[in-house]
Amino acid sequence: MNLSLQWSDWLALFGHFMVLSLLSVGGAITTAPDMHRYLVDRQHWLTDPQFNASVAIAQAAPGPNVLFVALMGWHVGLNAGGPLMGLFGVLVTMLGIMLPSTTLTYLAASWGHRNRNLRWVRAFKQGMAPVVIALLIATGWVLASASVTSLKDWPVGLLAGLAAVVVWRTRLHMLWLLGAGALLGWFGWV
Amino acid sequence: MPLPPDHFASAAEKGSSRPQPQSLTDLFVSFTLLALQGFGGVLAVVQRELVEKKRWLTREEFVEEWAVAQIMPGPNVVNLSLMIGHRYFGLRGAMAALAGMLTVPLMVVLMLALVYAQFAHHPGVAGALRGMGAVAAGLIAATGLKLMGALKHHPLGLPMCIALAVMCFSGIALMRLPLVYVLLGLGVTACTLTYRKLDR
Repeated sequence: MNLSLQWSDWLALFGHFMVLSLLSVGGAITTAPDMHRYLVDRQHWLTDPQFNASVAIAQAAPGPNVLFVALMGWHVGLNAGGPLMGLFGVLVTMLGIMLPSTTLTYLAASWGHRNRNLRWVRAFKQGMAPVVIALLIATGWVLASASVTSLKDWPVGLLAGLAAVVVWRTRLHMLWLLGAGALLGWFGWV
Repeated sequence: MPLPPDHFASAAEKGSSRPQPQSLTDLFVSFTLLALQGFGGVLAVVQRELVEKKRWLTREEFVEEWAVAQIMPGPNVVNLSLMIGHRYFGLRGAMAALAGMLTVPLMVVLMLALVYAQFAHHPGVAGALRGMGAVAAGLIAATGLKLMGALKHHPLGLPMCIALAVMCFSGIALMRLPLVYVLLGLGVTACTLTYRKLDR
């Protein structure tokens, strides 16, 4: 995939991720469906496999899951001109996703401690719970269905569903599951 | 930004014998090591290392910090590290913890992406990533499923929570609406309804 991105495109990407940063209550991963809509469906800056690879590599690697955002920037940059642009993409997407939320968190941290008994603070904290929880499940759904493009892809959906149930119901370490997923995929069974 | 004076007071009152990070370098290294142990979720490692081993925070303090980290937008674990760094060394501490959480893991992830690029066209590698992607999707859904238990004692009651959750899921997963509309529409509704249910 070869792209030519203008400065205005990078600025638009930066701006979009800044908005997503402010909306990422529940973690950056809850904005992944919107990143897919924007980067893959609307702008065509990323392919579906690149999108999924970004999430999968970041999940397989140690560290905070938010690093999948860095890989999206990396892949957009690669599509637009190579490794140097890739690093620039990392800078754009990571600054975009981190700057607004960390600034807000920093300002709110001490204030929130002193005022956590206020009625509207509790209303916000508790009221968002059902929405944030459903958002996580929806995110899993969107990511899994990105690899299910036709009926013959049913094993992928089944694997995602099984992984969800196993993690939900057991204490099995997720590395075993990721390893099992890698093996099943390597031999072409999913 | 200057810290409010009472932010340090509570920690200081509890005695100088209490363990705490010695320096910005200590913060940076500690958070780097935490992040590198966290496969698919750093939170469990943060709790085990900082509360049980290093004892920088009591369990109660940890839960309080975690609640705020969750309310705020942004990656929860990153917010948490920022807030813990801020407790001890203000803005510089927040930056040191944040840098520790992100710098080395970012390099690891980019190296993995480079390795991936070399072998991306190997059918086995593409397949393996496809399999891992499916598992990763399942893991994220499972996090949501695990948290559903928290809705049992929600002020809105379980049926209303399920209704809100189903609307949110349909909007995002089935209708593929932009996140901003779903989050604003359902979020404002849910928070307003909750506000009316809470005691004054």
